[in-house]
Amino acid sequence: MKNTFRKGRVAAACLTLLSVSALSACGGGDDDKKVEAVEKIGKTEGKVSILAWPGYVEDGSNDPEVDWVTPFEKETGCEVTSKSYGTSDEAFNLAKSGEYDVIAASGDLSLRLVASKEAQAINTDLVPNYENVYDFLKNTEWNTVDGKNYGVPHGYGANLLMFNKKNFAEPPTSWGAVFDKAQLEKNKGKVTAYDSPIYIADAALYLMKTQPELKIENPYALDQKQLDASVALLKEQRKYVGEYWSDYLKEIQAFETGDSVVGTTWQVIKNNIKNPDVDVTLPTEGATAWNDTWMLSSQAKNPNCAYKWMDYILSPEANAQATEYFGEAPNSPEACEQTTDPKHCETFHAGDQEYAEQLWFWRTPVKECLDGRTDVECTDYAQWTEAWTEIKG
Amino acid sequence: MSATSADTRPGRTTDPALRGPVARPGSRLLHRMVWLRLSLLLSAPLAWMLLVYVVALAALLITSLWSVDSLTSEIDRSWTFDNFRTLVDNEVYRTVTLRTLGVAVAVTVIDVAIALPIAFYMAKVATPRVRRMLVVAVLTPLWASYLVKVFSWRVVLSEGGLADWTGFGSPGYGLTAVVITQAYIWLPYVILPIFASLERVPDSLLEAAGDLGAPSGLVLRSIVLPLLVPGIVAGAIFSFSLTMGDYITVNIVGGANQMLGNLVYINAGAANNLPLAAAIAMIPIVVMLVLLTAIRRTGALDNL
Repeated sequence: MKNTFRKGRVAAACLTLLSVSALSACGGGDDDKKVEAVEKIGKTEGKVSILAWPGYVEDGSNDPEVDWVTPFEKETGCEVTSKSYGTSDEAFNLAKSGEYDVIAASGDLSLRLVASKEAQAINTDLVPNYENVYDFLKNTEWNTVDGKNYGVPHGYGANLLMFNKKNFAEPPTSWGAVFDKAQLEKNKGKVTAYDSPIYIADAALYLMKTQPELKIENPYALDQKQLDASVALLKEQRKYVGEYWSDYLKEIQAFETGDSVVGTTWQVIKNNIKNPDVDVTLPTEGATAWNDTWMLSSQAKNPNCAYKWMDYILSPEANAQATEYFGEAPNSPEACEQTTDPKHCETFHAGDQEYAEQLWFWRTPVKECLDGRTDVECTDYAQWTEAWTEIKG
Repeated sequence: MSATSADTRPGRTTDPALRGPVARPGSRLLHRMVWLRLSLLLSAPLAWMLLVYVVALAALLITSLWSVDSLTSEIDRSWTFDNFRTLVDNEVYRTVTLRTLGVAVAVTVIDVAIALPIAFYMAKVATPRVRRMLVVAVLTPLWASYLVKVFSWRVVLSEGGLADWTGFGSPGYGLTAVVITQAYIWLPYVILPIFASLERVPDSLLEAAGDLGAPSGLVLRSIVLPLLVPGIVAGAIFSFSLTMGDYITVNIVGGANQMLGNLVYINAGAANNLPLAAAIAMIPIVVMLVLLTAIRRTGALDNL
């Protein structure tokens, strides 16, 4: 009895001490950030930590059949730990922690990482498989800054227009299907849209083609007047929207049951819909899209294994597996030959430069206009988010 | 417990006079100073409460008075009421607050209306066997994942889903769907406190009322209901506050609508604007504080 009491008291005292020390243990300094590219790869560290979209780093724990991490570990002796994220903003906060060596970033994240000195320049000579990558994916504005490469391309895909053929006399060829009042009227309450402020760019892209007097050059560089016009268009669209989606399983179900009949989508979603009436198209106006880059953290503790990973995931075998699993275009013609579905690259228009040129890859809107205008201040992502809240109402 | 019981243990009986002062000055100190003993005992749970509740709330309040630098997306730690000004000036926040309150009230009213007869049957009419089974039946849904239940409702309410077959037709995704789903999900939290307080109503009171010739309606109104108020209030607080903070249900079955939780989520997640998210999060907290104060005034909390 006595002993228990004494133990309890000791435990209580320990807990008190613990909570006090937890309070005072906050803080810690910034490590030195290395932003310059390295000259050569040193000895591998035996481990690497990766931050990526779900489905990019599969080690067989989700599906024993899907595993391209184990071969890498065997080949290089670098043990992989990985974390997946849901939005680019979440990834930005995680990357800043410095816990991750390699980060798979979309275009709306990569430049933020460079600007905040979280990314390290890449010496592409140390990534032999970089050579295979389609040329139009190299040295782009979302992976290269001031002539320095800050990442190697992974794959890309477009935000397409999906529709149910039963609700359209003729298959739609324009985003007017979700923005034009007369066309919206027919599908009132069954229109869907992507639930993110970045969707404002879709409206801006439509205005860019239909209202030239607004002078929109780049859907991610909108001044206040152009943003207002896009917001007005989306507020009009809101009256016809049945629901917004960000969870792709939700959109699959809505199109299968017919709760949604027209709206923006990803190819991987279309591939998962069994309803034969549902089809997708790349509208004549082009589309917004995502293009992912493997980046190296400026706080990387395992840069050598990180380089090994970047080279490995760019290799035709691994890239084919990863992009096919996720449902996007691979980054090289060699990878296209390795896909299990021989038509995969055809489905996703891999290497089709003409197709890719119609795509506006996601960027983060910033005050300094991305289209090079200097006479006006553009609206930034915080303003877009505020606008998005208002649009949904 | 006593000193002798410890001293009789083998190996400890050598010399009590010598051992005593060496081994237990701490014990004797604590024995003498009640205040010290109490504070040592309580400091850990109190520190925990302080950290988890008070500090978190204070951090929320402080954060809501900061702002975000849009260029670096770093938090600017100078005091400003801008976030609250945005909340007041911008009509959308008022609309969303009112919508959230409306949904929370509707869910609470529906849940109480359903829970009262069920709880009454469980506590006063059912045999002990049936009562046990009903308690299990009420509790079982709590074992299933929240997401599974909401997605099930999404399927039920979808076009050509179960709701369509019944002949009533589905309300479609929207606020009605949110109210239905939330009312279903929080129902056990309303039934249980009402059931518990009904169990405490002595049967003798009901029998006495019956003996004196009161019709059952009068018995319910003038005897059972007043005794039930604490249970109903507890259940209503649960369903109201849980609905106020929810953002997943409305995402899945709410169509294009948004509630306060969604605004917090998009500002914390997508916009990386934690100060504004914190300011929005203050709205339900203030609503709940006002509500609890009002309820306390009526004395309903005294008997919880």
